[in-house]
Formats: sequence, structure tokens, C-alpha cells
Amino acid sequence: MTREMTGAKMVVEALKEQGVDTVFGYPGGAVLPIYDEIFLQNDIRHILVRHEQGAVHAAEGYARSTGKPGVVLVTSGPGATNAVTGLTDALLDSIPLVVLTGQVPTFMIGSDAFQEADTVGITRPCTKHNWLVKDTDKLAETLHEGFHVATSGRPGPVLIDIPKDVQFATGTYQPAKPGASRYQPPVKGDMEEITELVAAIEAAERPVFYTGGGVINSGPAACQLLRELVDATGIPITSTLMGLGAYPASGDNWLGMLGMHGLYEANLAMHDCDLMINVGARFDDRITGRIDAFSPNSKKAHIDIDPSSINKVIRIDIPIVGDVGHVLEDILKVWKARGRKVNREAIAKWQEQITEWRKVNCLAYTGSEKVIKPQYALQRLEELTKNHDRYITTEVGQHQMWAAQYLNFEDPNRWMTSGGLGTMGYGFPASIGVQMAHPDSLVINVAGEASWLMNMQEMGTAAQYRLPVKQFILNNERLGMVRQWQELLHGERYSHSWSESLPDFVKLAEAFGAKGILCSDPADLDDAIMEMINYDGPVIFDCLVEKHENCFPMIPSGKAHNEMLMGEADTQGVIQSGGAVLV
Amino acid sequence: MSALHIKKGSTRHSAYNLRPNFSDVQERHTLAVLVENEPGVLARVIGLFAGRGYNIESLTVAEVDHTGHLSRITVVTTGTPQVIEQIKAQLGRIVSVHEVHDLTVEGASVERELAIFKVIGDGDKRVEALRLADIFRANVVDSTLNSFIFEITGAPEKIDAFADLMRPLGLAEVARTGVAALLRGV
Repeated sequence: MTREMTGAKMVVEALKEQGVDTVFGYPGGAVLPIYDEIFLQNDIRHILVRHEQGAVHAAEGYARSTGKPGVVLVTSGPGATNAVTGLTDALLDSIPLVVLTGQVPTFMIGSDAFQEADTVGITRPCTKHNWLVKDTDKLAETLHEGFHVATSGRPGPVLIDIPKDVQFATGTYQPAKPGASRYQPPVKGDMEEITELVAAIEAAERPVFYTGGGVINSGPAACQLLRELVDATGIPITSTLMGLGAYPASGDNWLGMLGMHGLYEANLAMHDCDLMINVGARFDDRITGRIDAFSPNSKKAHIDIDPSSINKVIRIDIPIVGDVGHVLEDILKVWKARGRKVNREAIAKWQEQITEWRKVNCLAYTGSEKVIKPQYALQRLEELTKNHDRYITTEVGQHQMWAAQYLNFEDPNRWMTSGGLGTMGYGFPASIGVQMAHPDSLVINVAGEASWLMNMQEMGTAAQYRLPVKQFILNNERLGMVRQWQELLHGERYSHSWSESLPDFVKLAEAFGAKGILCSDPADLDDAIMEMINYDGPVIFDCLVEKHENCFPMIPSGKAHNEMLMGEADTQGVIQSGGAVLV
Repeated sequence: MSALHIKKGSTRHSAYNLRPNFSDVQERHTLAVLVENEPGVLARVIGLFAGRGYNIESLTVAEVDHTGHLSRITVVTTGTPQVIEQIKAQLGRIVSVHEVHDLTVEGASVERELAIFKVIGDGDKRVEALRLADIFRANVVDSTLNSFIFEITGAPEKIDAFADLMRPLGLAEVARTGVAALLRGV
């Protein structure tokens, strides 16, 4: 069925047809016709953010916590340029987003019109794909294609730029035609490679699973298959920051997170393994450390839906291009058909070795009764919230790493963090997006005070929609991770890494009609956290923590997995000048 | 393995895998990229090369199938085997790219480039330029009393050689199209 309607109405119709229930946005001149259509309907809820960057991060939180694409609507020019950081963040973390931008009318494009920017030009390198729609008849088709591209293959953000005259003009609405798109990335892996991997699993003496965000993106079924495979083979498993929750932290084979601030046992298992099975991760530099010393004696298999991830950084012996869920299903099928074989004896010895490494207790820290240690704050947060229906977002920095280390994730889609781009200011708007998708759940943004201030304007959004997001700010009055690097790499010259003139967060919360809680004494911490959980509304929790705590373990830049720093005593003069140039 | 664009007849590992780990040998490859003929598609391809620091030695682009909206981009690039594999994989994941072919590894190919040369001179030099042009099967497409414009088609090396010969004879300006290439046979 085709129907005549304006471009603006087509936008709303296409969103409805795609099953969109929530749009994050901010109006402006070039999108007024679409906002008019939003005003005239009740199926799609529009959340008015306070800055376009917030809209994109909120949509990312929505997408990551639901598995559905997030949708953003912003105006031309500054509306679009403000969205660029969020788009880049979503591109690096493979988050499906559909971002709609207004544009000046087609006949004014190129004339430096008011609020004109070359949006498709600016966003070409920070989207998976983008379109400028110049013909209302093509608008609906392009919108449907946008959803298809954002969610197919390796997910990512797409942007559709819609000039104002295209919104006003009338055209024919084309309903979505499933399967019509030329873009159909293959999802099934090569059976020959899968069989080779199964043979390698059967023979391996020291195998390890190294999983990433691709497992979460593949969906709950993929996570289930991963759990089945790990538990049936008894192979230990570690995960990147982005993949936490795909395998439960309480699982028998769980090693904890790996990488720069990963766990000792996870990094040593990666270094010493003889078979590495990468499932939906991408050998990021935060994971590999020094490339030429990365897991020197292992055969490496890599399952990834994006062929360009394979052999990009690390040479792969068994490349498998396909969707994680489909490939894991085939691996299980082949492995079972061949008699469910693993080298039990060798793996038992391998597990013993891992148990020895665990005894190092790499997350141990020096406690204090006078001041709240950030690690302690997160341990208490974990203890007091673990039985809740809980979602965690984070900002970027030390608090993010501590959250990844000390909070446990039992299920996928419960952990939203900016991994690839490392965007300070991500967590607060992301928590708003998560809360919109899960109105009755406990949504906590673990933040540092510096990151949090980067998008604090979203307090207005949280207050307006009465979203009970909990902002758990580990306040050290420092840019903690910058300070840590300056201490280790730049001769303790703390150039511009502390925050003067911080706001009174309690008064700030009250100014927005929210609740503020200040806590500085470890003895009061549990009660204060309970007060935060029990308050029905947005809370800013100002947790004053030790100001000079460093985040360990740490693999310094330019070092290998088995050269971890475990604590303060380890850190004298360990990073050479070669490492200082790395980030 | 088709997604990795592995040449027929090579092993299940990519050709790159058979080479020493992280070879730093620079190779020159000619890639044929079939793309949707839509606004911005060339910018996507060029932006990929610029953004990821790959080399472009030459690039030609034109629509080759009007009804199918297909353009063919022929790009000559250099890099280590690993970088060449990356370039192909990165090109392959651009949504508007239909096919990526590495003509350097997929079989024997024919490479042609067209160039026009303006040579200014008189007397013996003018006669010598005309004689050499004849040997290189270059055509005279314009002439004044003291200048020629030659048109020459061939492999880039042949055009380089012709340019070297013309230089002392009064070569004033050169315009080259860049390489167009096709695989031989069916």
C-alpha cells in the first residue's frame, strides 16, 4: 500500500513502521515540520535533551540496553555538528543508531545559508553510512534502508540529512520491503574454518576465549551459545570492556576483564595460552599492549562479522567471518558431532595454573577507615545493588576501570560504557536513555566529577521526565586517569589535571529539583547508598574519595601482558620514553 | 572465504598469511572497485585512503553501467601485504561498494593509461619529437608552427618512458588520466 503524504509525516510513519517508541532530540528551524508531525501523534515519545551530544549518547544507552536501534532527531548546522562526538562514539563501539538531521532547503544548499553545514560531508567518516535525501519520493525508502544498514552486519550509526523543502513537499510513502536492500552482509561462517577451529579446541592444552562487544551485539541467543560452549568445554574466558556480561561474572570459567587495566589472571592467560579464540573482539591497543610480544606462542582464531577486523592488528591463523551467534551455533554442532572432545587433562592443569595466578589477588588495595577508597565505594555499590534489576553506565577514566573491575555483570546489555572512543560525558546521557527503555529498573551512572560535568546540562532532562537515574560520582577533584599518567610518565608534573571551583553537587541537584547526597566517611557509605537506591527520582551522589588513588593492575603503554604493574611499589621508573609517546 | 577476497586457488589462509609475519616489503597493487553511482561515493573511497593513511598512486573513476548505476574506480596503491589486505577489506565494507577486485593477484590484467603531452620547439628538436612519437605510436592531436600535442595510450611505464624522451625536446605540459585496468580472459 502506498500513500501520499508530506516528507515530515513520512518520517513519523517510517519510525512507527520500524517499531520506534522513543526519539531523543532537540528542535530547530530545519526540523520544524517533523516536530509538527511529532506534536500531532502519540505513538512515538520524544525526549527533549539539553544538548545534541546528550541526545546521541542517550540513544546509545537506549540501543545498548535493548538491542534495538536508537533514534535521534536534531536540526541542521550546530544541531548536526554537536552530534558528531556521539556518532563517532557509536561507530567505534558498533552501536546501531539512526540519526535524522534537518538541512536547509535544497535550493539553498551551498549558499552558506543560516545554520547550514555540510552534514553528510562532516559525518561521512563518523557514520557507517549517510544519506542526503533530495527527493520526498525517496525519503521513506531511505529511512527504511537506514534502519536496515544500522542494524545489519556490524552495527553502527547512520545519518539521514533531510532538507526542509523535502519535509514540506508531498510524496509517495513506500513501506519497508524486507530483503530488498542490496546490503546483506553474510552471517554464516565458513564450515571448513569452523571445523579447523573445533579441531584446534580438541587438541588445545591451554585454550582461552577472548570475547568482546560483538557477542552482545549478536544478541542474547549468541550469549547463551557462548555460555553453553564455554561451560561444555571448560575453557577459561576473558572479555574486553565492551563484552562484559556476555558470560556471567559468577561463571566457573570467568577470568575477569583483560587489557590495560584487566585482571592479572586474564592477561597472563592471554599471554601464555596455546589457543586464543577471539569471539567478536578486535585486538584494540588497550587489549594487546605491545604487539610483538602479544601472546607469542598461541594459535589465534578470530570470529568477526567485519572482514576488515581480521588481520588488522594481529595475524590470525583461523579467520572466521560471520555473525557470532551463527558461528557459535555451528561450532557447537560440529564439536558435538565429533564427540565433544577436549583435552581434559591438560585443561585441568591449565585451570590449576590459573588458580595460582588468581591467588595474587590483583584487585587488592589498601583500605582506609578515614577516607573512602574508590574501590571500596564500588565494592559497596556492588554489594548493595547486585540483587536489583540493575543497569550500569559509566563515564570515562579511572572510575570506569574500577567499575569494570569491581562490579559483576551476570547478563548482557546491563553495562553501557564508552570503550573505543573513550568519551567523557557519555555516561549521564546514556543513563537517561537506559532509564527511558527500562523505566522500573535501577539505573546507575558510575562517574567521575570531571566527566560528569561535561554533560551535566542533562540534569534538566532527567528532572523534566522524572527519570530516577542515580549519578554515583567518585569525586577525587582530579582528572584521575590523566593525573595517574602524569605521575607515572611525566615526572609528577600535574599539568591542569585537577578541578578547582567544583560545584556543590548537593545544591546543584537541588537546583534541578533532584536529590543530592554527600558522603565522605566510609562508615556512612552503606546508608548513603541505600538512601540513593530508595529515593524515587534523580539523585546526584557526591562520593568524596581518596584523591591520589591509582588504578591497578596496569599494563603500561609499550609493555606486554606479562609486564603488569600491580601496585604503588611497582611503579617507579617503569615506563620508558618509548611508552610515553603512546596514548 | 569470499568475503576476504581471496584469490581462487590459494590456501584457506589468505595469501598474506603465507608471507613472513609483518613483511615490510612495499607492493604496488591495482584495485578495481565497483561502486553504486551516487553522490559522495568517490568521497567515501578517497576519505578512506586519506583517513587511514593509505597511498593513492593513481585513481580513475567513471560510470560504466548506466542502467545499473555502477561506477568503476581503478586505484593504484602501494603498501605492505598486510596494508593491501586491509585496504581491500576496508573498501569492501563501505555500504555503497559492490565489489573489490585486486587485479594484481587475481590473474593477468591489462593496464592502460592515456596521456596528452604538449611539446614546444622548432628545427631538429621538432623533427625528433615527431619521429619518437611515431616510434611510440603517439598521435598528433594538435599542432602549431612551434608546438605539438601528442596523445599516447599504454601502460604507465611506456608513458613515463615517452615523457623522459620528450623532456629535452621541449616538453611543456602533461595531462594523464591515471590507470584503467581489466583482468584478461573470461
